[in-house]
Amino acid sequence: MNLSPATHDGQALHVVGKPLPRVEAVGKVTGGTLYADDIDLSGLLHCKLLRSHHAHARVLSIDTSSALAVPGVVAVITGQDLPARYGIMPTCEDEVALEHEKVRFVGDPVAAVAAVDEAAALAGCRAIRVEYDPLEAVESIEQALLSPGSEPIHDYAGPANIHRLAALEFGDVEAGFARADHIREDVFFFEGNTHLPMEQHSATAQAANGHVTLWSSTQNPHYVQRILASVLDLPMGHVRVVAAPHGGGFGGKCDPFSHEIVVCKLAMLTGRPVKCTLTREEVFYTHRGRHPVLMWVRTGVDASGRICAMHFRTALDGGAYGSYGPASTLYTGALQTTTYAIPAYRFEGARVFTNKAPCGPKRGHGTPQPRFALEVHLDKIAEEIGLDPVELRRRNYVKPFTRTVNWLRITSCGLEEVTDRVLEASRESRRERRPGHGVGFAVSSYMCGAGLPIYWNKLPHSECVINVGRGGVTLFCGATDIGQGSDSVLATVAAEELGLSPGDIRLVTGDTGLTPVDLGSYSSRVTFMAGNAARMAASRMRELIVAAVAEEEGCAPSEIEVREGKIGRLMFEEAAVLAEERLGTLSSHGSYSPPADIGGRYKGSGVGPSPAYSYSAAVVDLDADHCTGEVHVNKVWLAHDIGRAINELAVRGQVEGGVYMALGEALMEAQVYRDGLHKQPSMLDYKSLTFLEMPEVETILVETVDPEGPYGAKEVGQGPLLPVIPAVVSAVHDALGVWVDEVPVTPEKILKALDARAKGKEGRFGPKSFPDVPYPPLVKVTPPDAAAAAL
Amino acid sequence: MSASDDRDVLRLSVNGVEQALLVGPYTTLLELLREDLRLTGTKHGCELGECGACTVLVDGVAQLSCLVLPAQLDGAAVTTIEGLAEGSVLHPLQRAFMRSGALQCGYCTPGMILAAKALLDANPAPSREEIRQALAGNLCRCTGYASIIEAVEDVARSAS
Ligand code: FES
Ligand code: FES
Repeated sequence: MNLSPATHDGQALHVVGKPLPRVEAVGKVTGGTLYADDIDLSGLLHCKLLRSHHAHARVLSIDTSSALAVPGVVAVITGQDLPARYGIMPTCEDEVALEHEKVRFVGDPVAAVAAVDEAAALAGCRAIRVEYDPLEAVESIEQALLSPGSEPIHDYAGPANIHRLAALEFGDVEAGFARADHIREDVFFFEGNTHLPMEQHSATAQAANGHVTLWSSTQNPHYVQRILASVLDLPMGHVRVVAAPHGGGFGGKCDPFSHEIVVCKLAMLTGRPVKCTLTREEVFYTHRGRHPVLMWVRTGVDASGRICAMHFRTALDGGAYGSYGPASTLYTGALQTTTYAIPAYRFEGARVFTNKAPCGPKRGHGTPQPRFALEVHLDKIAEEIGLDPVELRRRNYVKPFTRTVNWLRITSCGLEEVTDRVLEASRESRRERRPGHGVGFAVSSYMCGAGLPIYWNKLPHSECVINVGRGGVTLFCGATDIGQGSDSVLATVAAEELGLSPGDIRLVTGDTGLTPVDLGSYSSRVTFMAGNAARMAASRMRELIVAAVAEEEGCAPSEIEVREGKIGRLMFEEAAVLAEERLGTLSSHGSYSPPADIGGRYKGSGVGPSPAYSYSAAVVDLDADHCTGEVHVNKVWLAHDIGRAINELAVRGQVEGGVYMALGEALMEAQVYRDGLHKQPSMLDYKSLTFLEMPEVETILVETVDPEGPYGAKEVGQGPLLPVIPAVVSAVHDALGVWVDEVPVTPEKILKALDARAKGKEGRFGPKSFPDVPYPPLVKVTPPDAAAAAL
Repeated sequence: MSASDDRDVLRLSVNGVEQALLVGPYTTLLELLREDLRLTGTKHGCELGECGACTVLVDGVAQLSCLVLPAQLDGAAVTTIEGLAEGSVLHPLQRAFMRSGALQCGYCTPGMILAAKALLDANPAPSREEIRQALAGNLCRCTGYASIIEAVEDVARSAS
């Protein structure tokens, strides 16, 4: 790794950039950290959910009387006890905690039992009688587009089982195609997959005096608090949600969940604390993972390979509920423009309902699928017009400090650098060739936090409070460490400003009862947004203390140096006590809201804008066996424009983890159904990479020092996953000469593509056509003019 | 607790402490540790022997506690993650995991560290391939595994 000298705005950096261990690491290596399921409270009851075994059915009746007679059972509730509809997005509040009218997938919860132990709760569930009237189940995108055999899955939206449609055009796409010298169309499919966090979801609630407290393995305590208040009909101030130390999320713990609502209700009814921990099988049903997406893309380029126009169509299999669906749909079309300057762009997207576990956000939310399609499509164009695929991309790269055709504001942009660096590092490997050996390259970009909140409100996106008392520093922030290291980022930023070490900062995070608002750990927003809020709060605290010391010393504040545990000549603790004596309670705050001008003003413009974008480039080196179709990945090089690494060790970890997850998605991970049933709801059958399959990863960090990021930092949690998937597909093509236009790239698919070629057909495996989707009339948006496009 | 139920008295040493415990026939070692002894450092990701999160040492050998019935263990010595540090002095593996960034969410970490300890106790200088083989039953969704290998190699190197 080769990082820039540790200074910012001419000031030396003391802790930012250092590869320090995580601040919470000791608890995690000693077993002391209490995750959600480790919480025990006096009188604790255990809850189990009864789930539907029908994919689609009307609920005729639910008889809970014998359940209540089971020894140990304390309470049983059904949908009648929790009738309020909710959903993470205000435009699709289509869930209830327990369904009592109709179930929409195998695993949909219908009743809940609280008992003295899990065994009694399970026995209680088994004693509940539910009468169903089965309906036709919808199992694919194509089927969802047809008029339904029985009733539609939901009684809103439509036609057929369509949940959401979008159609946007930026610039004159037809004119763009008219002036193109070469036009190509391709169809792709990305099978869905799931997060598979190591920790099963768990939630514990306690209720007293009209107040409810929930401890949960959630990424978004703020949104959970809001939904709980509404569903339980309590004032927001009476609901406290604490994000427990988190055993992995990857987007899978972003929605408010049935079990979280149910334990609160049961705690309110019984007056006893109630816990619900999902089994691994239930985690597969809870899902909210990667949408399966069918994609069609048409691009026109001129003779030199410059893109003239692009038309991108997507159809997402949303599963049974809305979840983040409207955003997911738009994300499949939003970020194509943040890597390539596309002068005229049309996007049409659709999300359908099917009778499967609901899809939602997973690492890269809605963008890995189109990124795979786009990058492979560009490879094919390059091959067709006889241009080096890297060169084709370079000719279309966006430039720093410009605005895209869909009005996204690009600031720092290290695309050229990440490309140069990753190619340089992998040069030797790309030179050596043997039969079945292949190398693939791709690039991508991702947001540093969504520009808009999930529901409309004008609160800051992140707030921090710092209190200094008796010499000790406590930082309060709503951000949630889901393993990505956000606590360490906050502590490092505060320590940098106050001249301390990260370990000196006491943290209180992710607790809606104690911490100011932060929207949550999603969209790679925490380092940028909470980091900026923490920096503001900490620099204000520093000013307070420095002023007090300067006054005492009779000098100007600018003469007081803050570093290595000292403020001027005083130890930090002495200086802090001095300031407290003079000023009283020492408290400072900071907040962050994204700038207003980062996106456009059209319907759908809320998805895509971000205060900055990270950039990644990947080279994948692999061997593919033409007899077995097996792929062995030898090495992955990943160059990432991180802006600035706040903690080099944590950043490297995010890159390696992102590459790991991408390889799983590219080669084996898929959430597949047969006859409405999940085919492999277990960790053994749902294949993921172990130590044995994981190749070496060479991480290269590029620091572009973003003008608005804290010390120039950008995101790393999601971006590095994106280019790896298309780079794998491209490398397989390089190795065997066939295209697998469907992810995951399994041995079966490779063999089918080889077989097709052997029979004289196109050496390809993938969808043959894109279905007829009744997209609405295009919303035509005028792109920024030349003056606005160059910031 | 009545002696008339179907639970047996079991003698077990847990982290060096001799215990006489009443356990039901279907209680797993995982449940015994987490629920009866409140040693929640041992994690669970599946309770079906598929993830490795529940790994503990039984007489020095790495075992999946979700698959072990304590009745099989009379007289055995069990080590959980809580028993690794000597007082407040962390075990070299614990320190190496912190240094190398071999944990993120930390949920796989207790099982991973114990599996690594069993390996190093049996084979103090393992090759990279041997480390991979020994830890292949322990899944981690966060790290991409490289930093974990580094941590184990680091400890092996400094011990030699
Ligand atoms: S909990 Fe024992 S192997 Fe997963
Ligand atoms: S650190 Fe999260 S699963 Fe390994």
